[in-house]
Amino acid sequence: MSVNDLMRSRTLKWLNTGGNNGDVVLLSRIRLARNLRQIPFPNRADYNALAQVELQLDKTIPQIVEGLGQPFDRLDMEHISALQRQVLIEKQLISSNLVKNPQHRIAYISDDRRITIMANEEDHIRIQCTLAGFDLDHAWRLASDIDDCIENQVNLAFDEKMGYLTSCPTNLGTGMRASVVLHLPGLVYSRNMDSIVNLSPQLGLAVRSLFGTKENPSCIYRISNQLTLGLSEEELIENLKSTVNEIVAHERAARKALLYYMKDDVEDRIWRAYGTLRYARSLSEGELFGLLAKVRLGLDLKIIDEVSPECYGELLVGGRTSYLRNFAENENLSANEVDRLRAAHVRETLTRHRIGREE
Amino acid sequence: MLCDDCGRNEAVVHIVQIGPNGRVEKNLCETCAARYGQFMVSGRQNKDVSMDDFLKGIFSSNTRRAAAPAGKELTCPNCGMSYKDFEQTGKIGCSVCYETFRGQLEPLLRRIHGSNVHRGKIPRRSGGKLALKQTIETLRAKLRESIEQEAYEKAAQYRDRIRELEGQMQQEKGGEGDVR
Ligand SMILES: [Zn+2]
Ligand SMILES: [Zn+2]
Repeated sequence: MSVNDLMRSRTLKWLNTGGNNGDVVLLSRIRLARNLRQIPFPNRADYNALAQVELQLDKTIPQIVEGLGQPFDRLDMEHISALQRQVLIEKQLISSNLVKNPQHRIAYISDDRRITIMANEEDHIRIQCTLAGFDLDHAWRLASDIDDCIENQVNLAFDEKMGYLTSCPTNLGTGMRASVVLHLPGLVYSRNMDSIVNLSPQLGLAVRSLFGTKENPSCIYRISNQLTLGLSEEELIENLKSTVNEIVAHERAARKALLYYMKDDVEDRIWRAYGTLRYARSLSEGELFGLLAKVRLGLDLKIIDEVSPECYGELLVGGRTSYLRNFAENENLSANEVDRLRAAHVRETLTRHRIGREE
Repeated sequence: MLCDDCGRNEAVVHIVQIGPNGRVEKNLCETCAARYGQFMVSGRQNKDVSMDDFLKGIFSSNTRRAAAPAGKELTCPNCGMSYKDFEQTGKIGCSVCYETFRGQLEPLLRRIHGSNVHRGKIPRRSGGKLALKQTIETLRAKLRESIEQEAYEKAAQYRDRIRELEGQMQQEKGGEGDVR
């Protein structure tokens, strides 16, 4: 697939609905941090050392490609535009850390977009695997297999007592960050989200809201493990899973309560949000996220049935500002122009996903 | 100076928060700082603590400084990082730094993770070496036992096997450069 396709494509497999517990859990991700022995970590490495890392990682890719049976795109951050870097960040295919200094920063992205391997991010090697729905075990196995394949070919920095050695001591040990992205409109609209946010540090977890604004909550949250040392990967994942299971149960209960106590109001708000997306001529990014949260709730509750749920993932990608600027091939579009383009894109997407529409 | 959060204890940690009104700097006691450590990124709107800034703060706390050896400053022989560099950036320089500053880092790791011992995945190749090491240890014990029992023929067999395995380990090391 060409770089252009990678930028313009609006579908990401792991934003598809229908995954395990997909009504609440949008996606699951495992990220592993690894480093090479002796070579200074990226924050302390000169170009020569960075190039060495790049070269060593380049050599490991063919075996990974063969093992997984799918090709990878190799993107050199120095050789793509600043706007293209932003599109990759919006799509969560790379981290923003990778592009602070683009020299010798490489992203290898699998054909199915579920795997990204980054060279010279905060650590020499970062492996991230992302799957739709609640599927941390599978993502961990995938990431660990890729790790094995790399470890087979390079000398990783590992200490018997301290585990995998990382640039930041907060990642030391397993080097693993497991996270899930949740859609929690029930808890947000019923004002129950704070209690979950406040509880998480005691459980060794971090909760962070993604996208959206105070006025336009996206209802999207990322929950991840904070500790990386002293527990095995499986134990860290189990800990996260049991909390997520509880949150999922609370979210479903909150949705049920909303429908039970204020059905008319909920339906009205959902349809108004949908109507705005279908007909608006100008939409800010924040407004889109706020409306999209209600539409997604409407889709999950089967209140909205005239459009396929797959529109949600496409709008999350295709409604973003950098995506639109890149799509228009004009990075200097004014904010107003972007908002108009966004509205047009949203209308087109919803039309394309209409179910049983007359030709 | 008293802690900005509780106003009771002596402040030993300096942190920087990035909030809606720009940078907010705080001086905290160890108890209050620990709360930030576990909850580095608040899910509530506009109340993010910058991880880097936080680490810079926690690493340069007064208690840590006392741990540095008096007189000449220790630096990493591989990358040249000093512990002071680490206190300023919150980032380690290379894999050898962990060996160099193990003594200073271990209490810090206990503060961050509540543990300083890895219990997760072991890389296969290093794992193989670990297993080799353990085998050699077992054989050494048997060797001592044989000598005590004056079973010299057996002892010689153990001795040869140990030499063989040690050679194997040396070779693996040689092929990969230093262990670290
Ligand atoms: Zn205090
Ligand atoms: Zn070093």
